[in-house]
Amino acid sequence: MRHDELVERRRLLEEEEIHARIDQMAAGIAKRCPDPEALVLVGIRTGGVPLAERLQRRLASRLDVHPPIGILDITLYRDDFFRGLEQPQVGPTNIGFPLGDRFVVLVDDVLFTGRTVRAAIDALMDFGRPRRVLLAVLVDRGGRELPIAADVVGQRVEASNDETVEVRLVETAEEDAVVVMGERAR
Amino acid sequence: MQRRIIVRGARILDPSQDLDEKRCLVMEGGRIVALPRRPPRARTATEVDARGLWLMPGFVDLHVHLREPGHEHKETIETGARAAVEGGFTTIVAMPNTSPPNDCRAVTELVLERARRAKLARVLPAGSITRGLEGKELSDMGELRDAGCVLFTDDGRPVMDSGLMRRALEYSSGLGALLMSHSEDVSLSKNGSMHEGEVSTRLGLRGIPATAEDVMVMRDVALAEEVEAPLHIGHVSTARSVHTIREARRRGALITCECTPHHFSLTEEACSSYDTACKMMPPLRPEADRRAIVAGMRDGTIQAIATDHAPHSLVEKDLEFDRAANGVVGLETAFSLTFKLVDEGVLPLFRAVELLTSGPAKVLGLEAGTLREGSLADIVLVDPTAHWTVDPKTFSSKGRNTPFTGWRLPGRILSTWVSGKTVFDRKEKTRSAKGRA
Amino acid sequence: MVRSKSRRKLASQDRRGGSEPPGDDLSKLGDPRHLLGLDGMRRAEIEEILDSAFAFKEVLDRPIKKVPTLRGKMVINLFFEPSTRTRTSFEIAGKLLSADVINFSASASALEKGETLLDTALNLQAMRPDVLVVRSASSGVPHMLARRLECAIVSAGDGWHEHPTQALLDAMSLRERWGSLDGRTVAIVGDIARSRVAGSNIRCLTSLGARVRVCGPRTMIPRNVESLGKVTIHHRIAEALEAADAVMMLRIQKERSSEPIYPSDREYSRLFGLNTMNVELLEKDALILHPGPMNRGIEIEPAVADGPRSIILDQVENGVALRMAVLCRAARSVGASLEAPA
Repeated sequence: MRHDELVERRRLLEEEEIHARIDQMAAGIAKRCPDPEALVLVGIRTGGVPLAERLQRRLASRLDVHPPIGILDITLYRDDFFRGLEQPQVGPTNIGFPLGDRFVVLVDDVLFTGRTVRAAIDALMDFGRPRRVLLAVLVDRGGRELPIAADVVGQRVEASNDETVEVRLVETAEEDAVVVMGERAR
Repeated sequence: MQRRIIVRGARILDPSQDLDEKRCLVMEGGRIVALPRRPPRARTATEVDARGLWLMPGFVDLHVHLREPGHEHKETIETGARAAVEGGFTTIVAMPNTSPPNDCRAVTELVLERARRAKLARVLPAGSITRGLEGKELSDMGELRDAGCVLFTDDGRPVMDSGLMRRALEYSSGLGALLMSHSEDVSLSKNGSMHEGEVSTRLGLRGIPATAEDVMVMRDVALAEEVEAPLHIGHVSTARSVHTIREARRRGALITCECTPHHFSLTEEACSSYDTACKMMPPLRPEADRRAIVAGMRDGTIQAIATDHAPHSLVEKDLEFDRAANGVVGLETAFSLTFKLVDEGVLPLFRAVELLTSGPAKVLGLEAGTLREGSLADIVLVDPTAHWTVDPKTFSSKGRNTPFTGWRLPGRILSTWVSGKTVFDRKEKTRSAKGRA
Repeated sequence: MVRSKSRRKLASQDRRGGSEPPGDDLSKLGDPRHLLGLDGMRRAEIEEILDSAFAFKEVLDRPIKKVPTLRGKMVINLFFEPSTRTRTSFEIAGKLLSADVINFSASASALEKGETLLDTALNLQAMRPDVLVVRSASSGVPHMLARRLECAIVSAGDGWHEHPTQALLDAMSLRERWGSLDGRTVAIVGDIARSRVAGSNIRCLTSLGARVRVCGPRTMIPRNVESLGKVTIHHRIAEALEAADAVMMLRIQKERSSEPIYPSDREYSRLFGLNTMNVELLEKDALILHPGPMNRGIEIEPAVADGPRSIILDQVENGVALRMAVLCRAARSVGASLEAPA
């Protein structure tokens, strides 16, 4: 499936709603974390990184919690590394703090099959032994292929398997929006 | 008494008598008996319809490695002679670098005996200049000449010792024998595996400078001129060699020389994929040298096309480039590669035929390379309009080491006669190939 | 083969590459699976390898220095020439990627028993490796194997021809310091003619936009050196060092000096060695590289090799990351061709 063949089918969240959902997520994270000093956020490249940064700002401004932030590239842990003809681009991972005994929140934009999260958990374990790992996603669109669930969810949506749920954040896109993309109707 | 054979309707090309016209050719008793304009009436003759085809004297190759005795896995006198007649060659000179080398009567006789039994091309042995090809002491050239050697050379190796080479030239010319030099200064070519130039730099291969040939050609020309001996220079490959020889001949020196089809067809670029089929000595040169060779063929500086047919097995060739053996096979592609130059318009047809026939015959003073009445009926019949694709699997030579695999070439040898006997007939070869399949 | 209407042109085509068969064309070996050399590699492709090498470098800093990427893949290091550092570097790179790495030193044993290089390689192929890393004293061996074997071939240096991973790690070390090589001047000093490191570096550095100077006695500079890339030629080291941003000192191959390429180590060192005096001619923050192993006191003075400008140890560290990137690229392509979804 090539991206340029996809067209916007429906819009799920607009700017205001995204802000509100991220606020709720920050609150959810804070609620679940008994020890704010131990909290760290790890964004999964690439979609999880701007989201983790926004959560970090919300936690700081509204709840006075100041978790450090890390970036995790899961390319080397992907179970589909040997599939597809495009050479995957390995991006930088940057976790500038030890994870041992920390309360780690993995952050990603969309939860779908669960394979990315599986790879991220494996990668995370190579950086140390966290006390606990939570998963926070802006959108859970269902369709899991592995027994994985998110602890903090901004919005649950319905989308069929041939559709792509796209989270656009102004850090990397033109607008803040969550849209469902699908192939042009014939 | 052999039956009379009449070849009708062919264009006859024979530079030895300046003949290029449609005639009949009549052979009988192993000799050419007549070249009448109209077909003679003869009830007892075998007739060959050769309309649209060309008839030429059988080709003469001054430079062939037949590998027997000693390296029969690469070639035998029989397989080499079969490859020769398939390529239109009726007379070939067998190089002495066998094992043991041809530096004594016993080896010369063995070569002649094997050739007689094969009943294909005429095989003329070349003896070595020095005993064991070691470049130290002279072989018994007189005895070798009497046994049948027509040429003396240490081909494959140079005679590095200038004093010895000078004595060899003096001695052989006194015997009326001809020396052929392998022009390579090994202190310059040492361990190189291709021409030293742009391509060797790009490929990271140790190069052989053109001067490795040039200085030896200059040396040998100087020595031959000084002692007034004739000298034939083998496989000339550089522009400077051609120039040196041209000047020497202009001065009246008794210098002749030959060039190979691979040197006039290919350049150093052919080595670009590390294909060991393109590795030989002297190595393939740049385009300017190739052009100088063609110019030398045109203007008469070069008298002969010689294949330097050098069969090897995969054992010697399927190796790292710098470890692979030097040499390519050439008997079965030489005519078409020469004819390709004619087709491209860079070499006149008559001159091309001369370089394959009377040119080399004259170098050795042989009764060959001519269709004159009374001469030996060594003849080749060619289809000038046919094209074929080089496939080493179909070669009669045991050697498959050709750089021309897949080339589409013009001109096809159809039949070859030696002393009036058919030694090659393409129709039969095709039939038997089909029978096997 | 390009068909041309003009017959004359067709003929010259034949002469260039041997016309046929097309399978003999080196460009076909430009298959992304292989890394045979940097000749003809596009700048974008080089940059892509360097980008991912930087990502791999981070793995070296992790508490658990291992990623599962090449789990279940087999890498064979086939070395026909002794080498410790390159082989070790490839071995570590493979292991950090969880590949099974097997070292096969065919230096003398097999070849002395009469087995050809190709036999040895075919035997190893029967053990189904995914990547064969090959080092040979003969130029063109990686190309020969790429033509004959199924697995991906990565060159670890062939003869005087190329040493692509060395040049890539050198470029990586320079890019790490400079950000970009565009417009920078790099001097390469030593036996250019007989150095595969120089062969690959000239191609790599010029392709990345650097200006390259080559320097050595005339016996060490091939007369056609420009066929490797656009360079300027210098026979005085002072001239080559003047305001250069980096200098790469090549190892003097004492063991190969069966030919009279230079009179003596002493003379070479005086004329072409890098020392505390002439190093001042370089730009102020210039970098000093050496592919190793060094002949301390001959081509490079110890004080310079160990000085603040030297990035010789960066080169070694980057070598592992770069080779991880290269192995991933090679192994992945093999997998992709087998498992690519329809």
